Amino acid sequence: MSFEITEDAIDPVARKAELDHDSAGACATFEGWVRDHNEGEAVSALEYEAHAAIASAEGERIIGEALERFDVLEARGVHRVGYLEIGDCAVWVGVSAAHRGAAFDACRYIIDELKQRVPIWKKEHYADGPSGWINAVTGKETPDSGAPR
Amino acid sequence: MNISVQYFAVFREQAGRDTEDLTTSAATAGELFAEISTRHGFADSVERCKVAINDELASWTTSLSDGDVVLFFPPVAGG
Repeated sequence: MSFEITEDAIDPVARKAELDHDSAGACATFEGWVRDHNEGEAVSALEYEAHAAIASAEGERIIGEALERFDVLEARGVHRVGYLEIGDCAVWVGVSAAHRGAAFDACRYIIDELKQRVPIWKKEHYADGPSGWINAVTGKETPDSGAPR
Repeated sequence: MNISVQYFAVFREQAGRDTEDLTTSAATAGELFAEISTRHGFADSVERCKVAINDELASWTTSLSDGDVVLFFPPVAGG
């Protein structure tokens, strides 16, 4: 399994060990963290929801595409769901390759595709009140998401 | 035909439920989405949403069959 949805905290050090390969001369990893603001709003926490089975299958498909398109040795990804606090790691992607170009390119490809295709949703909890679902296309709240502002 | 629908994230909140059994004459997933969007006031355009049928991602032009479980996904926002 190269991609998973987890409810547990992501341990980047443990994950990176899965990329070990004697032919690897490069390792690129990406971590997406929960930040304290979005679109000018103070964010206090994020809640992620996924359709775990379909998200895992689509994530696996993306990792497979990266292995085909780029000259890489290993590629892994994990996305956390549930209630996350500021500073928590929400998503981790790691790639090992013989050379850095392919490692960077594949890592970028995987995180970009994950954000576009995998059924995961994010609800922001605001420091000054209610919450709203975030729309990946605009980066803003989905209209009529029921969050009075 | 009888279809079971499941809603996620903002759709679940807008519909006020996570599942719904309904009888429809919609021939495709897209037609069913249009029918349901009107009823529940979904604001997202079909181009930015996704649909899965019986736990597999599908296209909006996929034909529906009696007994299908149709999952409507609002715009995704992982990362």
